[in-house]
Amino acid sequence: MKRAVILSGFGGQGVMSIGKNLVEAGVEEGLEASWVPSYGPEMRGGTANCTVILSDERIGAPLVEAPTEIVVMNRAALDKFEPTVTPGGTVFVNSSIVPDPVSRTDVKAVYVPCDDIANELGNPKVANMVMLGAYIGATKALKRETIESMIQTMFAEKAPQLIPLNLEALARGIACGEGT
Amino acid sequence: MTTIYRKSKGLQDVPMHYCPGCSHGIVHKLIAEVMEEMDLIQQAIAICPVGCSVFAGSYFACDAIEAAHGRAPAVATAVKRTHPNQPVFTYQGDGDLASIGAAEIVHAAMRGEHFTTIFINNAIYGMTGGQMAPTTLLGQRATTAPGGRTKEQAGCPMRVAELLSTLEGLVYAERVCVVDIPHLNQAKRAIRKAFEKQMAGEGFTFVEVLAACPTNWGMDPIGANRWLMEHMAEYYPLGVVKEV
Amino acid sequence: MKREIWKGSEAIAEAAIRAGCRGFFGYPITPQNEIPEYMSVRMPAAGGVFVQAESELAAINMVYGAAACGVRAMTSSSSPGVSLKQEGISYMAGAELPGVIVNVMRGGPGLGSIQPAQGDYYQATRGGGNGDYRTVVLAPASLQEAADLMFEAFDIADQYRNPVVVLVDGLIAQMMEPIVWKEHPGRPLPEKTWAADGRRGRAHNNFVTSLFMDAPDCEAHNLALLEKYKAIEANECRWEELMLDDAELVLVAYGTPSRVAQTAVEHLRSQNIKAGVFRPITLWPFPYARLREIAAQPQVKRFMAVEMSTGQMVDDVNLAVAGQKPVAFYGRCGGVIPHVSEIEGAVLAAWKEGL
Repeated sequence: MKRAVILSGFGGQGVMSIGKNLVEAGVEEGLEASWVPSYGPEMRGGTANCTVILSDERIGAPLVEAPTEIVVMNRAALDKFEPTVTPGGTVFVNSSIVPDPVSRTDVKAVYVPCDDIANELGNPKVANMVMLGAYIGATKALKRETIESMIQTMFAEKAPQLIPLNLEALARGIACGEGT
Repeated sequence: MTTIYRKSKGLQDVPMHYCPGCSHGIVHKLIAEVMEEMDLIQQAIAICPVGCSVFAGSYFACDAIEAAHGRAPAVATAVKRTHPNQPVFTYQGDGDLASIGAAEIVHAAMRGEHFTTIFINNAIYGMTGGQMAPTTLLGQRATTAPGGRTKEQAGCPMRVAELLSTLEGLVYAERVCVVDIPHLNQAKRAIRKAFEKQMAGEGFTFVEVLAACPTNWGMDPIGANRWLMEHMAEYYPLGVVKEV
Repeated sequence: MKREIWKGSEAIAEAAIRAGCRGFFGYPITPQNEIPEYMSVRMPAAGGVFVQAESELAAINMVYGAAACGVRAMTSSSSPGVSLKQEGISYMAGAELPGVIVNVMRGGPGLGSIQPAQGDYYQATRGGGNGDYRTVVLAPASLQEAADLMFEAFDIADQYRNPVVVLVDGLIAQMMEPIVWKEHPGRPLPEKTWAADGRRGRAHNNFVTSLFMDAPDCEAHNLALLEKYKAIEANECRWEELMLDDAELVLVAYGTPSRVAQTAVEHLRSQNIKAGVFRPITLWPFPYARLREIAAQPQVKRFMAVEMSTGQMVDDVNLAVAGQKPVAFYGRCGGVIPHVSEIEGAVLAAWKEGL
């Protein structure tokens, strides 16, 4: 098993933290994992992206030319990374922000209205958790339970009241991903 | 038999290499006596500079560390912070401290490092053979200013004690000289006060010693001391510059 | 043991503290600022000293000072800053002081770029300061290895009383990976009887210096250093061999390019091209002897050095291979990381040329 994901969006949309969550969950499940942030002028504001690799073998190159999946949280990210996806791979689009459809026919498109769902749940900050759910639901790369217990641990001390909200956001995302 | 004079235990029993009439030997002795009187020889760590006093670590009886040119205050910062209860001092000349090491001394003073700097200002580069220093007086000849230092070419000499005294971290700065016994005694009192304030953890302490370099000034020792009082002490006034 | 996810810079800093480092002296420069930032909090908590110095010059001289009085100390910087540290590194080598210098390499020369590069290989392995001296250079390729090598770095520094450089590219410092905090029993180390930390009853004073006024004394000192360097060469060489058993083409790379090369080799093997990776872990001492042995093997047809520079380590590969087999080179520089496909392409081109 080897998955290489590029996650991209505006700074503040949580693409970096979705990437970190994938790595944490992957490590929890005994996989090898790596996370590389976008590195350069984009480090300060503007578009942010990171590359996550999950593998059951030692990871060589931590950057990829042809990701198995991309997660795009804004329009620029779709333009930039859609051409790179490996044929048969998946494009996750935050359809609340990106109106355009995926133009390629050799990849699977998963449209996730992350911000709309987050707003419905009453907290725009959980948009990234919706997207994480969609990724899990569509790829089955990681177990739902792993993410759920990660959320429990993550918020247990600092903000336990946010646990149900995040679990709900995750569930809505998973439903969205599974339905595709 | 009555002992009238003996060498301080703060110095090793080895001959020094300094030129006749040079102030280094006297200042070494004063520091050594202060260390002995305060019972600091077994704890003290000296940081030696590049310049004529590069061998000071072979003269002082305490432990010593040779620093790269100008970097003694950086070295001393780490030594003192890792050994906060032990006396630490740097011994630096004017080329070392005021020129190549200007950043290091300013920032050590700014941070209020708890060590003492003994600054030997003889207005010349001694070891390298009489080149112009930041402290060389206007009109004073140097091998790199054979016609004498000019303001137009090299600016005006730097009054280091006053410059550093603008920094809050410096708690004591005094300018002294060792041309005669009264001045020598005053210099020793200043060095002792600096060590006392250091050991009390008050902040950065600084003693500037106007020093004679007869060899590079082209004078005899008596003439050098006279010139020092007539010219250097005029531009670099003796006395306490700052005391908190 | 539990795998924890760490960021490269912070793993390096934490490993240093766990290895007993009690003095950190640094100056801000991208892309290594997370190291001093981490140290500013963690070092005082561990009972050590953190100082943000006024310059890289001051920082390395603070390391010199702490080391001279017996404290395990380090600094970190990135390429232009490490250039400034060369004075202090030379003095440390001359005065035989242990210490660790982390260089998170970026593009150069001059200000260059802030992206990952390997243009400081010559500086690190040949010594950027004055005089006849060597620094041990450790080049981790993963965060686990970076953490483990920090322990080794301090031990090697203390054993041989010599500065050790940990050379990583910006990618290693910025990425996250799981690591396990292993027990490091360490090696038996000599007491620091030479340290100038106050006599406290010692019969003589200790004077830490690199000055020898008489040429024969200085020569004797240099020759003593040389003996030490020979011992390091004999004892401390490290490298890794990946898929080399039947390899006909040997890629030689360290740091991030070695990982890219590993993936390229996996792709090439699926195309029935027998390639492998030789990864030096110590860049000085460079594993010449082992690489020479490999070059002598009949199935080995050629070598290719892969670097994020215009070709520096390739000189050492040539010294090792000594003309036994052809040595090609592929590099990207200035902060550009080579893609897997580029290395594959370069290998295929070289392969066709050789067959």
